[in-house]
Amino acid sequence: MKRESSYWAAIVHRVSGIALALFLPLHFWALSTALEMDAFLEWTRQPLVKLGEWAIVVALAAHLAGGLRVLALEFLPWHDRQRTLAATAAGLAVAVGLAFALAL
Amino acid sequence: MKVSVWKGGAEGGFHEFDVPRHPSQTVLDVVTYIQRSLDPTLAYRFACRVGMCGSCAMTVNGVPRWTCRTHVDRVARDDRLRIGPLKNLPVIRDLVTDMREFFDKWARAKGQFKGERTRNDDFHQVKPSSLERLKVEAGIECIGCGVCYSACDVVAWNPDYLGPAALNRAWTLVKDERDRARLERLRAVAGDAGCHSCHTHMSCTERCPKHISPTVSIAGLKREILKTTIQGKF
Amino acid sequence: MLWILQRASAVVLAFCVMVHLGSIIYAVQGGLTAAEILGRTRGNAGWLAFYCVFVLAVSVHAPIGLRTVFIEWLRWRGRSRDVVLLLFSGVLAWTGMRAVLAVFA
Repeated sequence: MKRESSYWAAIVHRVSGIALALFLPLHFWALSTALEMDAFLEWTRQPLVKLGEWAIVVALAAHLAGGLRVLALEFLPWHDRQRTLAATAAGLAVAVGLAFALAL
Repeated sequence: MKVSVWKGGAEGGFHEFDVPRHPSQTVLDVVTYIQRSLDPTLAYRFACRVGMCGSCAMTVNGVPRWTCRTHVDRVARDDRLRIGPLKNLPVIRDLVTDMREFFDKWARAKGQFKGERTRNDDFHQVKPSSLERLKVEAGIECIGCGVCYSACDVVAWNPDYLGPAALNRAWTLVKDERDRARLERLRAVAGDAGCHSCHTHMSCTERCPKHISPTVSIAGLKREILKTTIQGKF
Repeated sequence: MLWILQRASAVVLAFCVMVHLGSIIYAVQGGLTAAEILGRTRGNAGWLAFYCVFVLAVSVHAPIGLRTVFIEWLRWRGRSRDVVLLLFSGVLAWTGMRAVLAVFA
C-alpha cells in the first residue's frame, strides 16, 4: 500500500522509542558503575561503540522530532500536514547537526 | 489489461481476467464488466456509481478507494490492476465485506444524536458561523463508507479500536450544541479502544474521499477529554 | 490518565533532552576522561536536581510508550503486561537514580 509521510514519521518515532527504551537501562548501568574507570572510556573509543553512540543520539533526535510532531497535531490548530514536514525537517536538522557536532 | 480480483472468503485467491481497456474507464466499470461478461459468480457492491453513496469501496492496488471514482488511468501501472475487498473487515464473498463491526463501533462510540426538544418545541437554531459548528464543517459530511477504517493501521493492530469514522462522528456530536449526551460520549471514546490510541498516521485523512480529516477530529476529542478531566468532570 | 501522563512527561522530556544533548556536546569537546567528567559533576546540586527530574520523567514516559507497542505489535493482553511495565518503570527509576547519584552526589 502506498504510504504517506505521516506513517513513516510515526514508524520512525515508534522504532526509535523502542531502541531508546532498550538502551536506557544499559546507559544508566554504565554511568553508575563505570565512570570510575578510564578503562571503560577507552572501550567507548572503539569504532563499533562510536557507531552505536551515534545511532542512539540519532534515535533520540528522531524520537524528539516525532514527539513534537504528535504534540503539534494534537494541540495546535493547524489543519494540514505542514506539521509533518516541519517536524521532519526539524528532526533531520537536529540529527545531522548532532552527528557532526559529536564528530564521531 | 490484466486484472486480478479476489475470489473467495477469508480463504481464497486472486483470479486473473483479461479486460479491454477504454478511455475514461473506472475501476467499477472494470468490475462490472468482469461480472457481466467473464465471471457471473463475482460478488460486489455498488449503488449510485457516481461518488455519493460509498458502497463501491474496495481495495485497489493495496489502497482503499471508491471504485466508481477511481479512473483506471490513474491506478493501472503497466496495464495491471489488483482488486480486493476492503481491509480490516471480514470478507463475506469476493469483494463484499461484512460491515457490521464498522457500524457496531459507530454505536459503541455513542455516534447517535441525543437531543432534548420534542416535535412540540421550536427548532433549535445553530448559527452556521458559530465556532463549534465550524469545527465540524468537514466531519459532518461522512457517509460511513468505511475507506478510512480500512486504511487505518491501528484498526489492523488493535481489534478493539473504534476507528476513525466512529470517532469522527463522536466528535461532530460533541461539538453539536443541541446534543445532551456529551459526557457519556466522551467516556465512550476515551481509552485504549478510543481516541487515545490514534497515533496520527493520518492514513484516514489521506484516503477519505470526502476530504475529511478524522485525525483532526480525534485530536479534538483528545483535547476535549483533557479539558473535561482537568475540570474534574470526567 | 495514561495519555495525559504521557503528553505531560513528553513536554518535560523535550526540554530535558535538549538541555542534555546540548551539555553533552559541549562536554565532549576536546576528549573525555573520567576525572574531567566527575570534576565537573560531583557535588553539583543544580544538575543533580535536573537529572532527578529527567529520570523521573523517563520512568513515566518509556513504559507508557512501550505499553502501546506491547498491545499493538505483541498483542499482549491482560494484567501481566502492565505488571511487567510497572517493573520496568521501577528498573528505570532505580538504575537511573543510582547513575545520577554516582555522577552528581
